Amino acid sequence: MPVSASSRSVERLARPLPAILPIGLLLVAGAFFAVNGFASARNLANLGLQASILLMLAMPMTLIIMSEGLDLSAGAVLSLCSVVMAESLAGGHGIASALAASIAVGLAFGVANGAMVSLLALPPFVVTLGTLGIAEGASLVLTEGNAVSGLGSGIATLYALDVFGVPFPLLVALATWLATYLLLHYTRFGTYVFAIGGNRDALVLAGAPAWAYHIAIYAFGGLVSGVAALLLTGRMNAAHPTVAIGMEFDAIAAVVLGGTSFERGDGRLLGTVLGVATITVLRNALDLLGVESSLQVVSIGALILLVIVIDSLRKSRRVQTA
Amino acid sequence: MMSGAAAVRLRGQWRHRLAGDAGALALRAALILLIGFLLALASDAFLSTANVLNVLRQASLIFLLAAGLTLVILCGGFDLSVAANLTLSACLAAGVIKSGLPPWLGVATALACGTAAGAVNGLAVTLLRLPPFLATYAMLWILQGLAFHYMGGQEIFGFPPGFRALGTGFLFGVPVPVYLMAAVLVAATVFLRATNFGQEIYAIGANPEAARLSGIPVRRRQMLVYMLSGLMSGLAAVVFLARVNAADSGMGEPLLLPVIAAVLIGGTSLFGGVGSVMGTVLGAIILALVINGMNLLDIRAQWQPLVVGVVLLAAVMVDLVGRGRRERIG
Repeated sequence: MPVSASSRSVERLARPLPAILPIGLLLVAGAFFAVNGFASARNLANLGLQASILLMLAMPMTLIIMSEGLDLSAGAVLSLCSVVMAESLAGGHGIASALAASIAVGLAFGVANGAMVSLLALPPFVVTLGTLGIAEGASLVLTEGNAVSGLGSGIATLYALDVFGVPFPLLVALATWLATYLLLHYTRFGTYVFAIGGNRDALVLAGAPAWAYHIAIYAFGGLVSGVAALLLTGRMNAAHPTVAIGMEFDAIAAVVLGGTSFERGDGRLLGTVLGVATITVLRNALDLLGVESSLQVVSIGALILLVIVIDSLRKSRRVQTA
Repeated sequence: MMSGAAAVRLRGQWRHRLAGDAGALALRAALILLIGFLLALASDAFLSTANVLNVLRQASLIFLLAAGLTLVILCGGFDLSVAANLTLSACLAAGVIKSGLPPWLGVATALACGTAAGAVNGLAVTLLRLPPFLATYAMLWILQGLAFHYMGGQEIFGFPPGFRALGTGFLFGVPVPVYLMAAVLVAATVFLRATNFGQEIYAIGANPEAARLSGIPVRRRQMLVYMLSGLMSGLAAVVFLARVNAADSGMGEPLLLPVIAAVLIGGTSLFGGVGSVMGTVLGAIILALVINGMNLLDIRAQWQPLVVGVVLLAAVMVDLVGRGRRERIG
């Protein structure tokens, strides 16, 4: 492995930056100068909070997409985790046990997704569409379609906590980034993420337990959703059964914008982080301009298209010159 | 054009496939009878004429969307945007009719909007070479977003009786949508089985590289199936709008999972090249029965996404079992 690993990192360094970098910078500059209220200290602090949950969803989504997978259930599972956490808190349990319950639910969905994708070789987007329905239904059944409130003040206090000037939600999100980075680049698990996306059949033929690592990729996503529910629930001091459905679109968009490929085990977390930042800035600026959420979705779609076209044009030029 | 030898080979496969189909279709028909029998035992209302017609109308709506999706999946693609496409097409048609323009213009709007959205899907897949599920997933959100924006949280309701007949009317005691279902079934089956176009779609789904090498214009055919799928969304939008007499920006969304499940239960393989529109009809009836059963048994609406999610996963397993059998034979 060492030879291929080092040549891979050389290739990684030599590869040009995805188009999201200049476009993202342009967008930030535009928002900074042209959008009223964007540059205020309060709004900039707000951006960090807005980005944290999305960043947490997008980190495991990067690994999943690198493994030629997809998780359409991420938003629905996050909603369900938040519901479970809120009901547990409302039932008088402490934050630790509520978090444990939330993580257990997230893990269960992650393992189920991973098992169906890995062991049964089913297409990830259909599997996770099915579990999306199940998670959404479970949230609705648990809450009868209503918001869960009356959680006490503990979780809201935690959400508002500052650790050396860094807001708690941002801290959790950055810790997730760090953990994902370490997992991807310094563990066997990470090597398998690259390899499963690159050529899963070769791994299986070589006798490697690819199936277990494949499940672990989705399980990691479920685990992070369980933790992210802490932020989602804390932000509103309540849980709503369908509040995060659709957030998976932003997460997938961030990964695609960041230049992670669906076709080979290839991707970088930094690209995804840039994607998250770009989407957060775009949504925030459009909010300030009074553009409704439905058109924000359309603009994110247009942005993806733009980046994909630019990247594919650059790729074809590179192939021609090579 | 396909070479003569390839055409002959495909026709030969067709006979083989038809024989294999008969057993699979009989199995699905038996499943329909079984579910129907159980529902008749559980609820007195099930066998009433009104309810049976209701199931057929629901099945035809699911089928219209599922027929388009079947074509795309047979061709080795996927279309996650069918339900969102229905929503936008129905909302635009509702706006056109409500503004006082003649209803046929509303119908034309829905068909044009559906086809145009399908064309965008086709371009994203063939020109930008995006993975189909990704391109159509983005389209799902874009179409849904446009529908939200267009409706602004409002509802448009109350359409002229002539238009409503497309969804609620009867001809010789049979609902009009059922005729549409039959017409689409016949047209799609003839298209798939008896034309070179149709054979090429199977060939592309089975092995795109081999199809390309044997001279099939793969990208043009892919473009065609996405546009047909969009057209079917537009047609389904007309039927749905005429039936419920109201348009809102959330109308199509609950249909997505049942439609996918109907295609898979109907025996069309997610991996392309295997399946039939006849199977999809039976799948649509099964899904309509499941939804109808939940209503008859007073299962609360909150359970519906969960049940449909489970049914979808079960449907994927059906595909898995079918694939295992084919691989053993092949």
